[in-house]
Amino acid sequence: MLEIKDLTVEVEGKEILRDLNLNIERGEVHVLFGPNGCGKTTLLMAILGLPNYKVKKGSITFKGVNITDFPTNERVKLGMGMSFQHPPEIRGVKLGDMVNIALGRKEEKIDENVIDLAKRLNISVDFLNRDVNLGFSGGEVKRSEILQLLAQSPDFIMFDEPDSGVDIENIELIGKIISELMDRNKMPSKRKKAGLIITHSGSIMRYIKADRAHVMLDGRIACSGMPDEITKNIMETGFEKCVELCVRREEAGAE
Amino acid sequence: MNKKETIERARRAKTKKAALGEDIAIENFVTGREHDPLNSLDDFPEEYQQDLLDAGIEPSEKDRSGSFLQQDCSVVFSTVKYNGLELMSTTDALKEHDWLKDYLWKAVPVDMDKYTAEVELEQTHGYFIRSEAGSKVTMPVQSCLFITTDKIGQKVHNIIIAEEDSELHIITGCSVSHAVNSALHLGVSEFYVKKGAKITFTMIHNWSRGMEVRPRSAVVIEDDGVFISNYILMTPVKSLQMYPTAYCVGRNARATFQSIIYASGDTKIDSGSRAVLQGEGSRSEIISRVIATDNAKVIARSDVIGEAANAKGHIECRGLMLSDSAEVDSIPELKATRKDLDLSHEAAVGKIAEEEIQYLMARGLSEEEATSVIIRGFLNVDITGLPDALARETKKMFDMSLEKVM
Repeated sequence: MLEIKDLTVEVEGKEILRDLNLNIERGEVHVLFGPNGCGKTTLLMAILGLPNYKVKKGSITFKGVNITDFPTNERVKLGMGMSFQHPPEIRGVKLGDMVNIALGRKEEKIDENVIDLAKRLNISVDFLNRDVNLGFSGGEVKRSEILQLLAQSPDFIMFDEPDSGVDIENIELIGKIISELMDRNKMPSKRKKAGLIITHSGSIMRYIKADRAHVMLDGRIACSGMPDEITKNIMETGFEKCVELCVRREEAGAE
Repeated sequence: MNKKETIERARRAKTKKAALGEDIAIENFVTGREHDPLNSLDDFPEEYQQDLLDAGIEPSEKDRSGSFLQQDCSVVFSTVKYNGLELMSTTDALKEHDWLKDYLWKAVPVDMDKYTAEVELEQTHGYFIRSEAGSKVTMPVQSCLFITTDKIGQKVHNIIIAEEDSELHIITGCSVSHAVNSALHLGVSEFYVKKGAKITFTMIHNWSRGMEVRPRSAVVIEDDGVFISNYILMTPVKSLQMYPTAYCVGRNARATFQSIIYASGDTKIDSGSRAVLQGEGSRSEIISRVIATDNAKVIARSDVIGEAANAKGHIECRGLMLSDSAEVDSIPELKATRKDLDLSHEAAVGKIAEEEIQYLMARGLSEEEATSVIIRGFLNVDITGLPDALARETKKMFDMSLEKVM
């Protein structure tokens, strides 16, 4: 589904990602760990094609199409979606309007189609009528992002810290919906969707089963493996030690 | 003040320049010929029908409690469908009601400037709307001041009275035929909101590049009275200057001004709203949204003067710049003359944030579509206080005028 080759990305003239490689197949969910500032968000933004994230080298291929030079909306049309960690406030544009936009409808009304989707996330009509992200709490931002993705129904979804600022009661609900969005509730052979999740704390991963985990350090994917194993190593030893363990094991395997 | 004194004061102010706005040579504009009255709004010439629609006027009169149309300096149509409601030209109303003269120039001083003086001395009609005590007609009255002749000077005096505990909703459109290259509109409007009464006044200005416009409006609000003004201007205009003022004289009197301005071309606008809080517990809210593009120059003023105990006033003005050769000058003012009151303002002028465009693109919109959604949102002020049907209608009119400029 997504193939990233030797990707080097600059932000404001500073190189953030270096020769990065990543493959995500259809039906797979990958999780990306890493300390603050290692380039996780930059990777997502570069995949989405935001203009400040300049690809200096390498390529991004999505569903067999080289999208390296595509504008964001063209990538979205191909089936890409993103849950932002810090989405901007837009005055006068209601969450309900965003849902309609994500549904690809011209309608301005917040009708049954919108309300039914909102119900799945315990989102009230009042909340749909609020200006998007204006004064939203951390948890409200997440639910709003996920609601828009439910409407958009992308084939490949990126989540930037879907668990930050979410209280305990809601984390399970959010985890469940995210799982569904990525076909996790279906048999592996029936899964058509794919995803990439960035998480700092990893708490959401209790509710989402990932197929593969990566640790990012200094703009590169430093090690990859089974999610349980990687999580355990990070918890016990921290990011850098985890990567050291990875590298040592790979070397051992190569011998 | 008797008629003689009024005329005398007007004469003395004939050359008095206005405090704000470019000076206009009134003598360059004429009265023009009389137009024949119409049997129905549908009889209004085809070529003007679209301009009527653009000013929010419903030619079929569906869902309207009354209609008034003045073409240049002639009242061509006036009808009212509900008991408890009066609608006619000010000229006729002054003949019918002897008491009405006491309302003339009570809210707006006749010698405010040369424009008010001109309206007194050379008045060409205007409308009189009155809701009788206790009558509550939620269906709006529509009125339209329309200019179809080049070089015309339209000089109207409007009087609007909501008697005690009555409710009056007005949609008014000012429009001009596309054939007119240059014209002048002088409009004095005096509103009287009696005890417990409510007036909502939704005005669409549908001017053109050659129009010079000088409205002079004031509102007097008594105990528990409510006045809500919604003002929409989306088309270019040569020069517009106005500063409507609400005097909240009664206890708990409330005034709301909401204005939405999209200034394009070489438009020059100096527009503000002022509330004077004189009644105990009186309140005002002034909300404005201004978009400036091309070479438009806009001065957006707002002023709240708090003079009474527990008065409360808030100003919220936002400007959005779409061009480097446009200009927005946002001037919010607050004045308090005692300690037990609360006045506040927030003002901001900025550009469209890249982040917002990217966010919308991430939901599938093109850059152009995203920009349009943001502009729409920026201008989208939730209109409160209108009956549901009227609120929907106003939204529709707003969408329509936005459609035209985008």
